[in-house]
Amino acid sequence: MIKKFFAAFLLLLGSPSLVQGVEIQEIMSPGGINAWLVEDHTIPFTALEIEFAGGASLEDTDKYGSAYFLTGMFEEGAGDLDAAEFQRQQQELAAEFSFDANRENISVSVRFLTEYKDESLELLKLALEKPRFDEDRLEFVRKQIQAIISRSEKDLGDIAFNNLNRLTYGDHPFGRPIEGTQESVQGITGEDLELFRQKAVTRGGVIVAAAGDITSSELGELLDNLLGGLALKEHLSVSEPEFLLKEGTTLIDFPSPQSTVVFRQEGILRNDPDFLTAYVLNEILGSYSYSSRLREEVREKRGLTYGIGSYLGAYSNSGFMGGQFSTDNNSVAEAIEVVKSEWARFATEGVTEEELNRVKTYLMGAYPLRFDGNGRIASILAGMQSDRFPASYVKNRNDMVAALTVEDINRVARRLLNPDKLHFVVVGQPVGLN
Amino acid sequence: MTRRILMMVIMAVFLPSSAFSAQKITEYMLENGLQLVVIEDHRTPAVSQTLWYRVGGSDGPPGKSGLAHYVEHLMFKGTKKFGPDVFSRTVEELGGTDNAFTSVDYTAYIQRIAANHLEKIMELEADRMTGLLLSEEDIETERLVVLEERNTRTDTDPGALLNEQMNAALYLNHPYSLPIIGWRHEIENLSRDDIFSFYDLHYAPNNAILIIAGDVEPEEAYRLAKKHYGVIPKEENLVSRARPEEPPHIAPRRLILEDVRVANPYVLRRYLAPVRDPNNQREAASLELLAAILAGDGVNSYLKQKLETEQRIALYTDANYSSTALDNRSFSLVILPSDPRKMKEAEEALDLAISEFIEGEIDVEQLKRIKRSLRAAWIYEQDSVQEVAQRIGRELIVGLTLEDIAAWPDILQSITPEEIQQAAKMIFQDKNSVTGWAVKGEAES
Repeated sequence: MIKKFFAAFLLLLGSPSLVQGVEIQEIMSPGGINAWLVEDHTIPFTALEIEFAGGASLEDTDKYGSAYFLTGMFEEGAGDLDAAEFQRQQQELAAEFSFDANRENISVSVRFLTEYKDESLELLKLALEKPRFDEDRLEFVRKQIQAIISRSEKDLGDIAFNNLNRLTYGDHPFGRPIEGTQESVQGITGEDLELFRQKAVTRGGVIVAAAGDITSSELGELLDNLLGGLALKEHLSVSEPEFLLKEGTTLIDFPSPQSTVVFRQEGILRNDPDFLTAYVLNEILGSYSYSSRLREEVREKRGLTYGIGSYLGAYSNSGFMGGQFSTDNNSVAEAIEVVKSEWARFATEGVTEEELNRVKTYLMGAYPLRFDGNGRIASILAGMQSDRFPASYVKNRNDMVAALTVEDINRVARRLLNPDKLHFVVVGQPVGLN
Repeated sequence: MTRRILMMVIMAVFLPSSAFSAQKITEYMLENGLQLVVIEDHRTPAVSQTLWYRVGGSDGPPGKSGLAHYVEHLMFKGTKKFGPDVFSRTVEELGGTDNAFTSVDYTAYIQRIAANHLEKIMELEADRMTGLLLSEEDIETERLVVLEERNTRTDTDPGALLNEQMNAALYLNHPYSLPIIGWRHEIENLSRDDIFSFYDLHYAPNNAILIIAGDVEPEEAYRLAKKHYGVIPKEENLVSRARPEEPPHIAPRRLILEDVRVANPYVLRRYLAPVRDPNNQREAASLELLAAILAGDGVNSYLKQKLETEQRIALYTDANYSSTALDNRSFSLVILPSDPRKMKEAEEALDLAISEFIEGEIDVEQLKRIKRSLRAAWIYEQDSVQEVAQRIGRELIVGLTLEDIAAWPDILQSITPEEIQQAAKMIFQDKNSVTGWAVKGEAES
């Protein structure tokens, strides 16, 4: 889940654009629901993104995994339709619903054909308002989730991230795996899920973005019908977590020829005035999609890994900077030393004018290319709203990148990067690691 | 260069029973044998270039598995004309992205960039078709990277290991038995000579298809292709890609992978299967629909309904078929038992369900539903010209023509229940199969 979170986040900062031909309409439905829309009638379908505020953060402490479980039940029957009939109708309409549980929201990605707009949305409305939680389907999905948890207990990357999250946030919702635990999932009933749905699927703080073959008035009408029946609860913000992670290395022994290493230190919030600067800084230091310093040093020069990257992570009220790589058990110690020294070099020496110019032309050139198709646009628009950016951001973003100076980057590097605060979690059987 | 336009403009071919298409396709042939396909989509001011070579993981000399993939990695190192590390850096500086991928049948290089920079990426890609420059250090460092990639993708993942073992057992003679990334001991021994004799022979205009997709005019793409690729001489020593063929399979094979990292034991069954052939796609289309009926229709899929819902013996079932390849590939079935101790019972239940399917009747309502959703999938696919371009590339590179590709959706729609049943009878034969169990092993000390 955390990876998905980053992906969505990157879409935002590394992406929206120019945006030649992309005109964002900010609309309010007759019933008072806000939405962003990009109309494009080329292809007869619409992509719709909906984010319900709260997500797994609203779970009761003994019901961890409720959000994930609930999203697994949305297509398992609703209203008068059992799972088989619900899915039969959905397939008939060729409507696609994809539900996702995150730590701060539950999201739904929808694609529907213009031809079957009304029928598709009726079916989705039924799923959101009246999921059935039939006993046999509930037990089946429960077992599937428990199998997924078992699998992540044997997966190097999942073990590493679950441990790092726990070390960072402890018992706070951000510190827990989104799927819950074997025990917590065992204890969740259909009634629990219905109560959780009433809390977590409301109109309070809902975010909506659409792109495709639909007009603003059609969208307004659609939203009133789709979401109008949900409770309008004021959304309470997630409690602020304490950032518990300290400098150090945690070793988790696991049989494998290669170790997976994840690392992290405290970062900054998305609404911090330095955030965009930090984002550009990270592109130079460790971005996956760019010939960053970490990639050059660890992969290109030394051949120690197939892939290495670093990123900024930001919940609404807590930020961090981290990264990951996998390497042969024999080279874990060496690779960690390289990461630490690159971290320190960046903090003390900063960047050159040439490095900054190079990353600027990359970021500014790549930005407009992200607005590519209805699905991508809807997802970018939802991400921007969730980060509380104005629609005008897409027009101003490249100017803001262009205005950054070497002094800006170096000042934020001194503020942000601290090799003495980095914590490494190593999963595998590394040799010679202290 | 003289120009020869093979075929102009196929419009609206991807959507049977619909006048709509967001993309327009134009095909050209350069005199040196390079095939150019232009897919127009002017919604975003971006363009992608993909160069597909007719050489993949199954085309190397014996004992040199992984060579195609290794060469793909090394293609980013530098050229005589531009020097080291220029390719990706230049693409980045222009705000573009680039990547490459190797399959059993092809190696492909892709970039996506603002439309006004098309010529630059065409110049760079054409240059590295013949100008590769490698230092000893490049070769040795990248070998370590590839070995780490093998660790990351295969050796740390029991599912990938079982897959590798299954393929090795399925093909008795055909090089589809080899992992694309290569066996570790062979990757370790690939030499500079291996690399350059492979590269010099296979990287040639008459062994490639160039696809330009996005905000581009076909005549302009053609002009640029002639300017940058047209000057590269044809390779005269290319030989036919006929690979060793399979003998008749006379005995089913079984294997058990024990691994401490297996969390949920499962059974994987794989059958040798025919693929789409030019002018003969009906059998492959029937198999594609068969896979959808068995596992691609949610809880109403045949296997899911029977084994997950009714008998509750499975926590997960699946059916996979790859219809697009150069030579015969495979049709796979998966069952993950709800009780990990009941692998044998689960496998027997799967076999029984399949034999009942063969003897039973196809649910025609279900078939209609699946066909409708296939039609919708073509509409959704048009949202991404990249996706369309990649699919067409995968189809062209194994020898299908644009006509074959255009006909495929209609063929899928026209398949009868009888043809599907026929295909099921043909495909599910024990002697053509490998059965693999992934089970929990003991920890090694």
